[in-house]
Amino acid sequence: MKGTELCAPAADLEEIDRIIDRYRDEKGSLIQVLLTIQAEHHWLPREVLSRVAERLSVPLTRVLHLATFATAFSRIPRGRPEVHVCTGTACHVRGAPRVLSTIEELTGIQPGETDLDLRYSLETVNCLGCCALGPVVEIDGKIHGKVSIAKTEDVLKSCE
Amino acid sequence: MNDLTMRIDGKEVGAAEGMTVLTAARGAGIEIPTLCHHDSLEPYGGCRLCLVEVTERGWSRHVVACVYPAKDGLEVRTRTERIDRIRKGILELLLARAPNSPILRELGEEYGADPDRFEGEGSFCIHCGLCVRYCAEVKKAHAVGFVDRGVRREIAFIPEIATRVCESCKECFPLCPTSYLQAAWVLVKSLATPA
Amino acid sequence: MPKLRTPQELSEYREGLAARGAAERPCVSVCAGTGCLASGAREVIEAFRAEIEAQGLAAGVEIRGTGCPGFCERGPVVVLQPGGICYLEVTPEDVPEIVTRSLGEGEVVTRLLFEDPATGERVVREGDIPFYRHQHRLLLGQNIRIDSRSLDDYLAIGGYAALPKALVSLSPEEVIEEDKRSNIRGRGGAGFPAGRKWEGARHAPGDTRYVIVNADEGDPGAFMDRALLEGNPFSILEGLTIGGYAVGAREGYIYVRQEYPLAVENVTRAIAKAEEYGLLGEDILGSGFDFTVKVHRGAGAFVCGESSALMTALEGRVGEPRPKYIRSNVKGLWGRPSVLNNVETWANIPLIIDRGADWFAGIGTEKSKGTKIFSLVGKIRNTGLVEVPMGMTLREIIYEIGGGIPNGKRFKAVQTGGPSGGCLPEELLDLPVDFDELTRAGSMMGSGGMIVMDEDTCMVDVARYFIDFLTDESCGKCAPCREGLRQMRRILGRICEGRGEEGDLETLEELAEVVGLASLCGLGQSAPNPFLSTLRYFREEYEAHIREKRCPALSCRALLSYYIDPEKCRGCMICLRKCPSQAIEGGKKQVHVIDQEKCDTCGVCFDVCPPRYGAVRKISGEPVPEPLPPEERMIVKAGGE
Ligand SMILES: Cc1cc2nc3c(=O)[nH]c(=O)nc-3n(C[C@H](O)[C@H](O)[C@H](O)COP(=O)(O)O)c2cc1C
Ligand code: SF4
Ligand code: FES
Repeated sequence: MKGTELCAPAADLEEIDRIIDRYRDEKGSLIQVLLTIQAEHHWLPREVLSRVAERLSVPLTRVLHLATFATAFSRIPRGRPEVHVCTGTACHVRGAPRVLSTIEELTGIQPGETDLDLRYSLETVNCLGCCALGPVVEIDGKIHGKVSIAKTEDVLKSCE
Repeated sequence: MNDLTMRIDGKEVGAAEGMTVLTAARGAGIEIPTLCHHDSLEPYGGCRLCLVEVTERGWSRHVVACVYPAKDGLEVRTRTERIDRIRKGILELLLARAPNSPILRELGEEYGADPDRFEGEGSFCIHCGLCVRYCAEVKKAHAVGFVDRGVRREIAFIPEIATRVCESCKECFPLCPTSYLQAAWVLVKSLATPA
Repeated sequence: MPKLRTPQELSEYREGLAARGAAERPCVSVCAGTGCLASGAREVIEAFRAEIEAQGLAAGVEIRGTGCPGFCERGPVVVLQPGGICYLEVTPEDVPEIVTRSLGEGEVVTRLLFEDPATGERVVREGDIPFYRHQHRLLLGQNIRIDSRSLDDYLAIGGYAALPKALVSLSPEEVIEEDKRSNIRGRGGAGFPAGRKWEGARHAPGDTRYVIVNADEGDPGAFMDRALLEGNPFSILEGLTIGGYAVGAREGYIYVRQEYPLAVENVTRAIAKAEEYGLLGEDILGSGFDFTVKVHRGAGAFVCGESSALMTALEGRVGEPRPKYIRSNVKGLWGRPSVLNNVETWANIPLIIDRGADWFAGIGTEKSKGTKIFSLVGKIRNTGLVEVPMGMTLREIIYEIGGGIPNGKRFKAVQTGGPSGGCLPEELLDLPVDFDELTRAGSMMGSGGMIVMDEDTCMVDVARYFIDFLTDESCGKCAPCREGLRQMRRILGRICEGRGEEGDLETLEELAEVVGLASLCGLGQSAPNPFLSTLRYFREEYEAHIREKRCPALSCRALLSYYIDPEKCRGCMICLRKCPSQAIEGGKKQVHVIDQEKCDTCGVCFDVCPPRYGAVRKISGEPVPEPLPPEERMIVKAGGE
């Protein structure tokens, strides 16, 4: 993962401090702080976690556990676009596993991974709430419905 | 101050408000197996080995003794065919993780557990959390914590803290029911301070 | 907007809205729920804006992006008021015609109406479409009538009638009494009576109490909470405020998963609006009752929907369940009495207070009252959200509302209750759906996922899917769940891959007992259900996988072979070109043959073979027929051509 760390932007700690300050006075704000940082920076590097722990006076062990516990957080930089394959039950019975394996083959990465050029990140998600359109693939927020195996490649290409 | 009376395995046992079923039972010399319990730590209820059956107002259910509060009139059974079967199952599952742990082997023998029943995956840690909780609750050092969830869950030392505080403490080492903890620490130390 | 300081001011304001005719003005409602947005609703709304502007109607017509009315399958859904004409699958290209003919001349664009598949008849009004006609839409029916951002819209349809009634004419105890008499049971899982939970909190010692909305909606096949929160957030706020008053809480929390950004946005905006109107904040409507609400985003973990884990997460810590032999309505968030209810439970509260417990208790079955929203999905013709009275049978829901199974396939099972629930077979289709009947049948109500499966769905794979999901989502704190599910997943995976052995089912049953009985929280305790229910009703499918290495549903990839029927192949080359493994041999006008060594059973050939040929076959559990020798592969035209 060395390569990707090099090309990902270094975290701006002042910016991080500003986010922390937004939530300062709220009880139990740790998760909200991490979510906001994740949304704005797309990943949570170690020095950011240390900073958050220090500024909120929370043990680093807890911050680290949280950052690895919940699916929203990423400990490696995520690529653009982020490809989310829905593996909810409705999509599953309508063929999501085959769509997923096709995407894995096309991109060469597994769920949870980003390819070395930061071209794609692949994630599975549990139900995007559009079961009527399953199988569903979401790419950078845009939802593609009724994705068949034959259509998968076009869907991926449409977002490059 | 024994203001509560319970029956454990047919024996009358006194207990005080605030005690758990486990402490009451042990006080009366009734042994219940535990892996994640420690007297100076908050009740955790992770290993589930201390499962017992309680009956209250005619209602029976299975609970863990290390958390369940002692109550007046409570009827407790610590060994039934079912409880033994569950304990055997839990031990077999844990032995697949940590086949060499002496306490697991010993308990496994008592409950007739087959150490090779399940396909092994040697992570060696059984996630009792004793080290993590001891370091946090007693030592307030937070040098070791959990990361990730479910089957990927692991313990991890924070190198910056561990290299500072662990050398002179190491109090968690003897708490570990497996030999994993010490190995993990040695690894972190060697990585953090390369020779 | 000046704050509304008394119930009197609220009703005057409401009358003012009516006098301005807000409700009667011609209005184009376009569903802007997630499903319809994905089908292009945003573009449709823009097209309406532009066209209405272009035709000079902008002053007289309102355009509303509304919440989800449920019929996602046929989105984008457009409803015109007055009149309630409902158009389905509307595209931007249809918009000029709708504006000219329907808004201008009052005619109906027939081709966009629902067509009854049985009779071919067109249906004009929303409520007459069979999908809706058999429903009882107390909650969802409001969605298409309001812009979820507009508190005025909510007031115009009678919202915030219950709150002043509770604050002025009922004591907190009386509100709880009403709740108890209505017999409403929680919609998020176990169906615990809400009134009793509230009463426990009210009587628990301490001054600080909390009320909490569970909008974590972790069931990977359910989205009704999302539709309610996105479509009608004020109803949830009103319910929560009434709850706060009843139990004596001055702070409320809404715990929403961050995967629902639109829900977070809408509910956050709704809170600000309600504060602006004085319906949240200090001294609400002059009653002396103070109440504030905060939104907390969940970071994505199924287990965080469990009550003790959710409260731990609200405290900013890792959402791991705690053993709770003391109920959270006595000792919950920050150790204080806390009432946690599901979104849909809260949404029912204003209705109960407004129309009365007796009215509510008149709907449903003896022990399950009111309506329940289900997300009817999977292999079903009319996918979407449906709201029905408790006690309707599975058959009515699936066939009359859902329109049955598409593509001429046979019904096999319906899964209810999400990962904690189970699969019910055809014999149980006449089961009335309520909390207790479902539990008795080995499933549960859960949050209301209802996934229909047809003959192509493998029940072993479904069990593996849920166990896989739960293994992944287990927090890992307790041994039976973490380790037991891991082993169950491993064995089920082996069975699906054709490596099952005699004795596997017994081992799985033993593991199911350990996990179900000894796990710490509800996740582990109910985790074996998907396995146990499929074993109970579909044991023969397990046995076929284990003994014959055959998947009867022709679904498990490792147990499948693809074969091109030489009698049917026309040598069109489509599959040959599409096969990613270059496993298909052949040429123009030559029977194609799949090289079984190269084939990785992805199934593309099966998908692309033109239906009029239908030459590709799936085979499981039997040998693949020998291919034709090369010299016999020439396709000779059928006689006469
Ligand atoms: C693993 C697990 C996940 C749960 N997820 C949810 C959820 O996403 N939404 C929900 O409302 N309840 C969920 N529940 C049920 C809650 O624990 C709780 O019972 C419910 O929110 C109470 O509200 P109700 O009485 O209104 O149903 C879950 C329970 C378990 C054990
Ligand atoms: S049952 Fe599973 S999810 Fe619940 S506490 Fe145990 S490990 Fe965590
Ligand atoms: S000792 Fe009770 S659960 Fe581990």
